[in-house]
Amino acid sequence: MTNNITKADLSKEEQALIDQFLVDNQLFYGPDPEIMRNHGLDPRSDTEERILSAGLDAQKVNMVRGRLTAALDETHTMVEQMGVAPGAKWGDLVTAIFTANGDMAQTGTHGIVVFASVCQYPVKFIRKYWVNEPTVGVRDGDAFIHNDSAYGNIHNTDQSLMMPVFWQGNLVCWVSSTIHEGENGAIEPGGMPSIAETKYDEGLKMCPFKIVENFQLRRDIVTFLQNSVRDPKLQLADMKVKLHSIIRLRERVLSVIEEFGIDYLQGTLRKSLEDTETEVRRRIEEIPNGISRVNTFIDGNLREDVLAKMPMEIRIEGSRMIWNLKGTSPEFTNRSINVVMGSMKTCLLTSLILYVWPDLPKNQAVFSAVEVEMDENSLVNCSNEAPNAMSLLPIFRSFSMPPMTMGKLNYCMPKRYTAINANTYSQPATLVYGGLTQHGEVTGNFCADINGNGTGGREDKDGEHSLSPVFGYMADTGEMELAEEELPYVRLVAQKLAKDRVGFGKYRGGMGYEQIATVKNSTEFGFMTGQCGSKHPSAYGLFGGYACPTYPMARIKNINIFETFKNNPEQFDFDMITLMNERKITGGDYYVQDAGMNFELCNEGEIYMICQGAGGGYGDVLDRDPSMVAKDLEEELISPNLAQEIYKVIFNPDNFVIDEDATQQARDEERMARIKRGIPYDEFVASWVKPEPSEDLPYMGSWGNDHSTLVVSPPGEKRYRIPAGSSGVMFSNPKDRLIAELQAEINTLKKTQGC
Amino acid sequence: MKTLKANITEYLRINLDTEQWECRCCDKALGSARENYKRGLLVYDRDPREIHKPLVDTNLYSYTFSPDPAYTALLEFYCPQCGTMVETEYTVPGHPPVHDIELDIDDLRRKVESWGEIPEQPEIPDIPLERHVHNH
Repeated sequence: MTNNITKADLSKEEQALIDQFLVDNQLFYGPDPEIMRNHGLDPRSDTEERILSAGLDAQKVNMVRGRLTAALDETHTMVEQMGVAPGAKWGDLVTAIFTANGDMAQTGTHGIVVFASVCQYPVKFIRKYWVNEPTVGVRDGDAFIHNDSAYGNIHNTDQSLMMPVFWQGNLVCWVSSTIHEGENGAIEPGGMPSIAETKYDEGLKMCPFKIVENFQLRRDIVTFLQNSVRDPKLQLADMKVKLHSIIRLRERVLSVIEEFGIDYLQGTLRKSLEDTETEVRRRIEEIPNGISRVNTFIDGNLREDVLAKMPMEIRIEGSRMIWNLKGTSPEFTNRSINVVMGSMKTCLLTSLILYVWPDLPKNQAVFSAVEVEMDENSLVNCSNEAPNAMSLLPIFRSFSMPPMTMGKLNYCMPKRYTAINANTYSQPATLVYGGLTQHGEVTGNFCADINGNGTGGREDKDGEHSLSPVFGYMADTGEMELAEEELPYVRLVAQKLAKDRVGFGKYRGGMGYEQIATVKNSTEFGFMTGQCGSKHPSAYGLFGGYACPTYPMARIKNINIFETFKNNPEQFDFDMITLMNERKITGGDYYVQDAGMNFELCNEGEIYMICQGAGGGYGDVLDRDPSMVAKDLEEELISPNLAQEIYKVIFNPDNFVIDEDATQQARDEERMARIKRGIPYDEFVASWVKPEPSEDLPYMGSWGNDHSTLVVSPPGEKRYRIPAGSSGVMFSNPKDRLIAELQAEINTLKKTQGC
Repeated sequence: MKTLKANITEYLRINLDTEQWECRCCDKALGSARENYKRGLLVYDRDPREIHKPLVDTNLYSYTFSPDPAYTALLEFYCPQCGTMVETEYTVPGHPPVHDIELDIDDLRRKVESWGEIPEQPEIPDIPLERHVHNH
């Protein structure tokens, strides 16, 4: 006899008892999909409803907002002045204020928006799980630390400290401080491991937990964290810096409450969000209904060459704007370049603020009106187990795609919020480093050069050279001399604009720089790089402009450049291309390889060379003003033969004076040549388009516009197809594949020789 | 009566009276505005190494600053009358070109009518932004 009890048999009290039991006895407070999948604003709280229904004086709201901005700018400067992480020194940080519900309501003028936006998730987690948890609780003077992307972060090299602000016993808002810290105890030093195959290779994975009580760091937990990373000094110092910045921010918030009243603080935060969302909806309704699309391709995963599709479609349907990333490659379940959905959304949000509507307030509501569609288990919406420390590869595309797709929809509008622009360079091009310093300390981090992306050509002017990272115009490349005092890393060529590496166009992209680095006074120090874009360009052009080129990295091993300087200085040239082509440094082993290099030791005097990239070009190269080409020649941004061949500009090679008639003729001839060589579109498509990628191409993602099925071609395996969203891809170890290839060669040789 | 038009890109506009895509450089009608504008253009499958030339010796190295043609196709789209390069597309060899602009022409007409006079080049606001400065 069975005695099954169904839900229907339970009384309300019994059901409530069971529900409470389950809440009280949850096995694991893992990432909460209810929090992580919602990028919208929380509903108004009762308090907010009461305040906003009663109405607020706009002048006072403006004053409160200004006071908060000043507080955020002040605390931003505090972190920048005192921070130990290289990221803090060059602006890779933010301080922010959140509503009591956890919506990100305001950042400072110079704050990295995306860092603040992702903190909405851990704040909401703390609210939901720790406020009523008797062993934790949330009290005045507490602060919580966090870095795990699965709970809301870009990647776990960034660390946040979040503090509740209480007024008369009530939690009225939250403040936070975030820095790109770098070192986090991952399998490779520096916090952004390229060889991580599981999330357990990626170092510290801090879900939000309490580390501050009574405004003081808990030393036992601090010690645990210091013991878990390669740079205990950094870990301690920056936790103190972040703590004191949020204590100051809390004080400023309390003074605003004292001056204007609690209703004005909470009312202003909520009103800023709601006003922003209303304005965004108004702007969406301005845009004509329609669809724009772009396909982008990521050409590596830092372990092997792959070609991962990452498309974007934007649909405008009245007051709805839908951003669709379906068709993206499946997640790489044992590679570190996956992205958590919440992270991806906050980056898309930031792209809108940086490149489309830069006049909007920097808060979460900029994106709350936007609907997002993504496949499950994809590179942009990975599962909880997928590693994601190098999520930057797809994430940087999330900054560069929306300006193109939005630009194609709103070019027709009579009003501009900013210029329409081609892609800013979208790779995290820098040297990540780690090891023993000249001072005998162990460290790991990365260089500020990541913040020197060239920006895309605009509809009204050229892009800027090496301006800032694609994720924030407000960050800079820092001062290398400061780094050299602390590190055995010596930069032999610093930020030299990379000649001929141009995104050509009517308005060219801003250019990147090259750098040449080595190590001195350490026998245990090395580098890695975490970028791709060596086979397929990363930053596309717009409206006829060309993309940036592809960028490899280069090394010269088995030399000591300091000996060369002493004995044969003529063998060195301050130029990457010349060094690699002329190979004058005797005895060296010369390598040019894809730009994603796993960590390796650099012996003293060996040299490593990387390039920061250019932005894409805007418009037809034949429309570039010849005088602007001449200026590029004078500034040695481009070689004379390239200027002539690409721009069809004829000039006196001695002084670059333009021959206008000859230029006009050359350009007319090129236009005629185009007409002659071009093929009508339908005819071209009929012969050129193939039913699937070339057989030996390691292609991942949808093929064409049908995003329901994904092509999966892991290197060394037979290609297969899967329903979109159904699963990720596991890769074999590249070394195993190489061993298998070599073994096969040995077997063949043995057979040939009769062994 | 004035023709109702909307500039859609640097080189393309839609004539809402004729519902045709047009080249903004030479006024050539390029096909129905309700269709893919690319159908009215010429296409050239450009070897990407011709534009992004190798900078290091191709006899010595396989990575040269030029895109790998196995990984990159560069499609150039030209106006068939004046030869203006209307658009480029970096894609994968054999991948269907993207239908990048698909507008609701009826809604576009309504909006263009409501906008009134549209400047040939709308004013671009230059928002002053203070960048990070070295103040440490």
